[in-house]
Amino acid sequence: MAAITDAATAVRQIKNGATVMIGGFMAVGTPENLVDALIEQGTTDLKVICNDTGFPNVGVGKLVVNHRISQLMASHIGTNPETGRQMNSGEIKVTLIPQGTLAERIRAGGYGLGGVLTPTGLGTVVEEDKPIIEVEGVPYLLELPIKADFALLHAQIADKAGNLMYHGTMRNFNPIMAMAAKTVIAEVDTILEDGYLDPDHVHTPGILVDYLVKKAW
Amino acid sequence: MDSRELIATRVAQELKPGTVVNLGIGLPTLVTKYLPEGITLQSENGMLNMGPPAPEGQADPYICDAGGKKVTILPGGCFFDSATSFGIIRGGHVDVTVLGALEVDQNRNLASWMIPGKLVPGMGGAMDLVTGAQRVIIAMEHCARDGSPKILKQCTLPLTAVNQVDLIITEKAVIEATEEGLVLKEIMPGSSLEDILNSTDADLIIPEDLLAEDRAV
Repeated sequence: MAAITDAATAVRQIKNGATVMIGGFMAVGTPENLVDALIEQGTTDLKVICNDTGFPNVGVGKLVVNHRISQLMASHIGTNPETGRQMNSGEIKVTLIPQGTLAERIRAGGYGLGGVLTPTGLGTVVEEDKPIIEVEGVPYLLELPIKADFALLHAQIADKAGNLMYHGTMRNFNPIMAMAAKTVIAEVDTILEDGYLDPDHVHTPGILVDYLVKKAW
Repeated sequence: MDSRELIATRVAQELKPGTVVNLGIGLPTLVTKYLPEGITLQSENGMLNMGPPAPEGQADPYICDAGGKKVTILPGGCFFDSATSFGIIRGGHVDVTVLGALEVDQNRNLASWMIPGKLVPGMGGAMDLVTGAQRVIIAMEHCARDGSPKILKQCTLPLTAVNQVDLIITEKAVIEATEEGLVLKEIMPGSSLEDILNSTDADLIIPEDLLAEDRAV
């Protein structure tokens, strides 16, 4: 069962140098309270895996402008000019990954797979240093799994069993990141204290979630 | 009508009822204004049947498009995670993708995601879209801001994908990208064959009927 706690307590176990997946697409589905708590407690040298770095003062972008990230894996950094600046100055080592490949590499990490074969990136710089494997005469790139120490999620509703339900486009990378990290912390808008989600409407099974933090608006 | 709107209206004519379409960020987003009935829009952050932008003051904070703009979802639509979204894209379930470009060449190659040392926003979902969608339409202004051609014999910038472009629509021309080369299909209103040839740095195959049309003018 997921423990209900507050943001500051939940992120205390995240030490300098940790590898952290953070859900969200253009900050929709990013746990803003958990990001704020990480900044507040001074954690630095983070290795962050996320879709994009949001905007300078929103989402993962806040970790960038506060110089807390040393390595970044993402598909897009264009909406936050500070990420590009820190990349060019050498402050952050950025690895850009096609979005579908990023999703599949995280999924592979969480699903116990040794990697995925994808046609995406063939003939581009993405294929550098990667084996090309032919299956039935069609070439694919071998892309390796990605895992993390922590995953920080944002869902709309959680129940006492830790089951999560998302709303709208906040789902994005959250469900697959929930599978791929050792410790999963979910920030949620509502925690059902007296009941449970309809089992048919659960997007992330509660066994994957270690901590629940109610979003403070 | 300015050139971007002209391009958007021409792209819209290529989209057939009953198809699933993904529109890229920037110029391709303008196509939503001229969309025919019966198109299902896919948004790579996890939505099918995306609707128009949310009315001022009524936006759902958790529903955004791939550019982060708050949008709506139409009846019959659905939300899903990023792995499903790119399964839909890579698996060939999107009929048409419309993307902008920095360069396109006569070998159907596309460069759209970085200018080394200058602009490195990342590829986002573009590499997966171009690889997976059944038809790839490039919607772009014919020349760069400095007037230099964007339709080339060979791309000079890092590629987004190899041999995937099907159609190029600019304010000057509609060009089909085939295994035999670039075939000029239409001269856009306000342009001429001479104008197109002067602003294109690729070998163009010009069908006899277009030559006759040009002589008549």
